[in-house]
Amino acid sequence: MVGVVLVSHSAGLAIEAAALARGIAGENAPVAAAGGTEDGGLGTSVDLIEAAVRGVDRGAGVVIIPDLGSSVLTARLLEEDGRVVVADVPFVEGAIAAAVAAGAGVPLADVLEAAEEARTFRKL
Amino acid sequence: METALFVAWFEEAARLVRADRDRLTRLDAAIGDADHGTNLDRGLTEVLKALAESAPASEAEVLTTAGATLIRRVGGASGPLYGSLFRQMGKVLQTPVTLAAFAGAFEEGVVAVERLGKAALGDKTMVDALAPASRALALAVRDGVGVREALDQAARAAGEGSKATIPMQARKGRASYLGERSIGHEDPGAASATLIMTALANVAG
Repeated sequence: MVGVVLVSHSAGLAIEAAALARGIAGENAPVAAAGGTEDGGLGTSVDLIEAAVRGVDRGAGVVIIPDLGSSVLTARLLEEDGRVVVADVPFVEGAIAAAVAAGAGVPLADVLEAAEEARTFRKL
Repeated sequence: METALFVAWFEEAARLVRADRDRLTRLDAAIGDADHGTNLDRGLTEVLKALAESAPASEAEVLTTAGATLIRRVGGASGPLYGSLFRQMGKVLQTPVTLAAFAGAFEEGVVAVERLGKAALGDKTMVDALAPASRALALAVRDGVGVREALDQAARAAGEGSKATIPMQARKGRASYLGERSIGHEDPGAASATLIMTALANVAG
């Protein structure tokens, strides 16, 4: 199963978004949160993100979904061709789409595509 | 250019950033999230600690240690950006470290920053100071200028590039959300890049 890592400047936002995505996708979807700095402030920690990536890595690859700014920059430092990819998608909608696809057991490229569809998905 | 000079570079950079921490934070408060001065101050302090602990044996090791520390220890965008600059420089630096070798590594470091941030000249970012500094170094190599003079020229080019960000409208980062209201402020990343280039010129003199 593909893992999903949610990276936000805020630990609380990442944790709740991960809970929401798991709630909708099902508990077996490997979704982890990596929000805030190590001392609990607003920002990004490469160590927290690395640990989250390792935590959800089941061998089928990992999609990282960052919110913005340093989250994106730090996540991109961890990209590994075909193994760990960063999705350029809205944070909440992309997280849910990726978690649902990951939970369904589809491959990395399809999880990424599902997340990217969230970018153009109309709500009204 | 020797290992001790590179260590001295980061010591001087930490000193200049600390001395200007409040100015950098004020610049960042105008168009960013007001953490650039404190973030970079803390990051460079961690770099000095890491350099003291690991006692790097080569110029390249100083750069990769500094880069990895900034990436790990700075929670804002300046961490991954400056971290990539120094890490990439350390990765490609040729020995012996002549001015030409340094200029070549610096150029590749700046390309790494541009790639990571997807930023180009004129976007009102640190690239607006780093890229002119890189060009100045390349010209100095071409013209056979001495190390000290070349680094002075690079620092001046960075400073001019930073001042040139004042009338620019930001196209990257938090400042870009401000649209035209980002005009009239110097970019804090370009300002700190100028301090870092000035630090190198200071220790080479």
